[in-house]
Amino acid sequence: MTSPLLQIESLQTCFATVGGTVRAVDGISLEIQKGQTFALLGESGCGKSMTALSIMRLVPEPAGRITEGSVRLNGDDLLQLPEVAMRHVRGKRIAMIFQEPMTSLNPVLTIGDQIGESVRQQRGAQAVRARVLELLEAVGIPDPAQRYHEYPHQLSGGMKQRVMIAIALAGEPDLLIADEPTTALDVTIQAQVLDLMRQLQKKTGMAILLITHDLGVVSEMADRVAVMYAGQIVEEADRATFFAKPQHPYSKKLFASLPDIKKRGQRLAIIPGHVPSLASEFSGCRFVDRCDDAIAVCRSQSPKWIAAATSGGVRCFKLDAAYREQFPIVEKQVTIPEHTVEPSTQGNKTLLTVTGLKVHFPIYKGLLRRVVNHVKAVDDISLSIPEGHTLALVGESGCGKTTAGKSILQLVKPTAGTVKFSGAEFTALSSAQLRRHRSDIQIIFQDPFSSMNPRMMVVDIIEEGMITQGIGGNAPARAMRVDRLLEQVGLSPDIKRRYPHEFSGGQRQRICIARALAVEPKLIICDEPTSALDVSVQAQILNLLKDLQDELGLAYLFITHDLSVVEYLAHEVAVMYLGRIVEQGTVQEVMENPLHPYTKALLAAVPVIEKSAEGVERSIISVQGEMPSPINPPSGCHFHPRCIQAMPECKTSYPAAHINGETHMTKCFLYE
Amino acid sequence: MIQHRGLWIFIVLLAVAAGVLFTMPVKPVVLWTDALVYVLVVTLAAFFSYVRSKPHLLAPWQQVLRRPLAVAALVVLSAYVVVGLLDSVHFRPPLPQQGEYKGEDKTVHYSVEVLSLLDIVLTPLRNTVERSYSSPLATHLYSKELQQQADGSRVRDYARLKYGGAHLVNPQADYAADIAQRSVNALLQAAVAWAVLVLLWSVFLARRARKKLADFLRDVARGKTALPWRVIFVCVGALLLMITVIIELGLPYHLLGTDKVGNDVLYLSLKSIRTGLVIGTLTTLVMLPFAVLLGIMAGHYRGWIDDVIQYIYTTLNSIPGVLLIAAAILSVDLYIANNPGLFETVVERADLRLLFLCLILGITSWTGLCRLLRGETLKLRELDYIQAATAFGMSNNKIITRHILPNVMHIVLIAVVLDFSGLVLAEAVLSYIGVGVDPSMISWGNMINSARLEMAREPVVWWSLLAALGFMFFLVLAANLFSDAVRDAFDPRTGRGIH
Repeated sequence: MTSPLLQIESLQTCFATVGGTVRAVDGISLEIQKGQTFALLGESGCGKSMTALSIMRLVPEPAGRITEGSVRLNGDDLLQLPEVAMRHVRGKRIAMIFQEPMTSLNPVLTIGDQIGESVRQQRGAQAVRARVLELLEAVGIPDPAQRYHEYPHQLSGGMKQRVMIAIALAGEPDLLIADEPTTALDVTIQAQVLDLMRQLQKKTGMAILLITHDLGVVSEMADRVAVMYAGQIVEEADRATFFAKPQHPYSKKLFASLPDIKKRGQRLAIIPGHVPSLASEFSGCRFVDRCDDAIAVCRSQSPKWIAAATSGGVRCFKLDAAYREQFPIVEKQVTIPEHTVEPSTQGNKTLLTVTGLKVHFPIYKGLLRRVVNHVKAVDDISLSIPEGHTLALVGESGCGKTTAGKSILQLVKPTAGTVKFSGAEFTALSSAQLRRHRSDIQIIFQDPFSSMNPRMMVVDIIEEGMITQGIGGNAPARAMRVDRLLEQVGLSPDIKRRYPHEFSGGQRQRICIARALAVEPKLIICDEPTSALDVSVQAQILNLLKDLQDELGLAYLFITHDLSVVEYLAHEVAVMYLGRIVEQGTVQEVMENPLHPYTKALLAAVPVIEKSAEGVERSIISVQGEMPSPINPPSGCHFHPRCIQAMPECKTSYPAAHINGETHMTKCFLYE
Repeated sequence: MIQHRGLWIFIVLLAVAAGVLFTMPVKPVVLWTDALVYVLVVTLAAFFSYVRSKPHLLAPWQQVLRRPLAVAALVVLSAYVVVGLLDSVHFRPPLPQQGEYKGEDKTVHYSVEVLSLLDIVLTPLRNTVERSYSSPLATHLYSKELQQQADGSRVRDYARLKYGGAHLVNPQADYAADIAQRSVNALLQAAVAWAVLVLLWSVFLARRARKKLADFLRDVARGKTALPWRVIFVCVGALLLMITVIIELGLPYHLLGTDKVGNDVLYLSLKSIRTGLVIGTLTTLVMLPFAVLLGIMAGHYRGWIDDVIQYIYTTLNSIPGVLLIAAAILSVDLYIANNPGLFETVVERADLRLLFLCLILGITSWTGLCRLLRGETLKLRELDYIQAATAFGMSNNKIITRHILPNVMHIVLIAVVLDFSGLVLAEAVLSYIGVGVDPSMISWGNMINSARLEMAREPVVWWSLLAALGFMFFLVLAANLFSDAVRDAFDPRTGRGIH
């Protein structure tokens, strides 16, 4: 066996904080071979990114310190190198790309200059330009000569990430560290970027350390997988073994908590609680509090690393020969209660009817601030939600789905169209009249950190809506109701005198749900409520939403970009593209038999977890390019520039709605 | 109610103090700035008692108090504040009844001179007025003058001071020994007082922390207490030393010399503290309503309200501030000159001018904070919790008071504390160019202004300038150090605050 490219041994990185020493990375050992893709998988806060920064020796000092271990790149211990020598390692031998392409580029330099900076160290002025153009070409940026002189704000998110990759490639590194490279991107763009990384790897033979929380991405990209939990690697295996038979209870749970269509109507397996604080002292296994199979020894001793027969290993007592007997032979079958009703169609009364809703934001220009154009964020959408149903509004970022949700709530004034909610016409109400109807529709936001006033206690946050709407009676009655609401969303009433910053993301999202429920709404608009959460916590929230729907007969307008959540939760689906709904129908119709080419492309772009040993050889109907700006949408069908099935008439006129079967609507000339 | 116990005790104490003052045979005088200072003190007390009841508000303050440098600054600042507050209780002492009216006319006549509590405390300094300049700790005047000897002959020589070193029989021989003796006395007194104070304080603290006194003292010596008591004790010790030095050396001598008309410079410097503090704090009090209200309104309502407010502050910003201040002060001067009957005393007249200086400084300085708050509100109103409040049907006023205001308070606090030292310095600059406080009012600016001539004369009179600069320097330095700590604790970007 050839010597590995990167060899990390018992690496430990600590942070001194007010609350004590945080061991962000606690004894990690791994090896990456040349040309290999090594995936580091884990939830947020488990130390993945800190591992990457430790390899690059970019740990923010003096708070953080690498206290132990070695990082060998081709045999040189990087931790022993002087800073001057380290500068030659960074960029040339190890390069890094970050999660957020928006903030990784300097906004006042052209992208040519920025890529040139990393090239310039080696070549002359003329050669730099040629090399930059070559790099831009290599990362698939169309028209590189023109892009050379453009600024980062002129590029879309996917393009920026390509530029970041070009910068990383400039030094022809042996190892590319990609820290959540596609998390901030849409699925179709993610598919393109992942594809690009695979091709580049084939061409240059560099190794990739891929840091991600997404099992789908791991399945598509990785050769080897290591699962991190609370600063340690708990399982390592090659991809096929890992996906066929995960060993560690945590890995198993991760798979079980993924929502998909097969689990419809079932309750998702959840991992209770959340990742423990890394500042605490661990006496036993770090996962013990969330593990169903834990036995006494798990609490008293730290599990050792048990090497597997071929390669890799697991950190769990279950596979330790000395303790294996003590575990119950039949794995404890966790009883998963079913959700009671599949589609709760009891009352088919329509709750919300939206017709021809338009939200156009004017663009002002010139001295007199004349309106020169409009951003057509929402352009003529119609939908209806019956009582107790869930309608999922699906689309990529920037397609106007959030604006649509807010304009239904009248948080953004619609330009045209009607919003009828159980008889009341929301668009025609005065603001005083509207205030009285506010309790009917509530909203849950994406970011659980900005959705609560940090200076109010939980009880005040929940009570606020009740007081404003005059619901819940006098003060003692309200206090009782707050307790009941907290219990309803799975929190203890004891927490009500605490402040939002004391809670984790999932707990905050529960509080937000309680706040929305406080005013007894009939419809809740869920604006990507789980996309900022980890997989295991996402399952908790999805279960909760489903339970509440069964219990209270709530209707949801579920705004999301995550198709697996749609499959799991929704009854009806509407797919949005550039301000318009392009396909609509029941979840079975749309997910199993998508008609519009955009829906097909969206479904195809979602990374699939392949449990076979074969790896990924599926045909990806990838869409080229990115969503155009809603200021100047393409003529005719908005999707035609990216559509592989585009026909001449697509360029000239927008297709009319075509009804297939009873409820399945699509707008595409293919079905005229 | 329980949590506001501190506030109630404070209010009762204030009331008792006021009552005592009113029953004394004096005529209390409440100047405009006095009244505003009282309002400010009560507001601050209410604010801090509210903060104490809210853990999320208290946390950053506790963080400030854990920083040794900030605590040292706070001790220095509180010394200044105590002097300033003592100087803010004014009254007119009764005149001694004239002999011939005794028994017939019971009406008491009051002096036209308005005194403050500080004046009473500093009576020995206030009344020891020499004829002219004398250098620090001098026994003779600074310049020669004609003197009539006992035998009638006239000599041109340095005259003995009336008060400074008057107790020395033979100044040439005894001077050095006397100074040394008194310095040692001051040191000893300070040491004793410090030991007693620290011991009593520690007994109290140790009992409250449920620790043994010895353990507690050991913790203090090693700097291991939650609050940096070691630093506090050291600072208090330094202050005590200063007080004993003033008592031992400042009373028999003029510790910082005398000015042109023979006033004790130490007395002038101490009296200037109030002027500086009033300018630094009242100006902010004037400016805050403008800045907070207009800034938040502009950010929250946007549209034409935003346009109007932006227009106002852009216009105001484009007028040179000094010009505006000069114009306002000159018109106030004119008004005072035309209406002499409105003021009973010189002090009241000077006070009005001080008040107007604060007003006009406030009016010219709210724009910066207003702009900051507008920006922050623009950011906040897009946040989800404000949107959620709108979705609950909350009114705009409630959203502003419940959600926006508490979340911009850290900016207001940082701006206020940072502005303070700038304003103290501004007073000096404005007085120097003649549009500051009334010339009859004792202030650092006026001291520096008169030093203009003193620096030009030969030999140079340097002590008044140095005293003013020194007192100002320590105040501004302490304020800056303290505001640094406040900013670190409250700025969410430093990440150690609440977020």
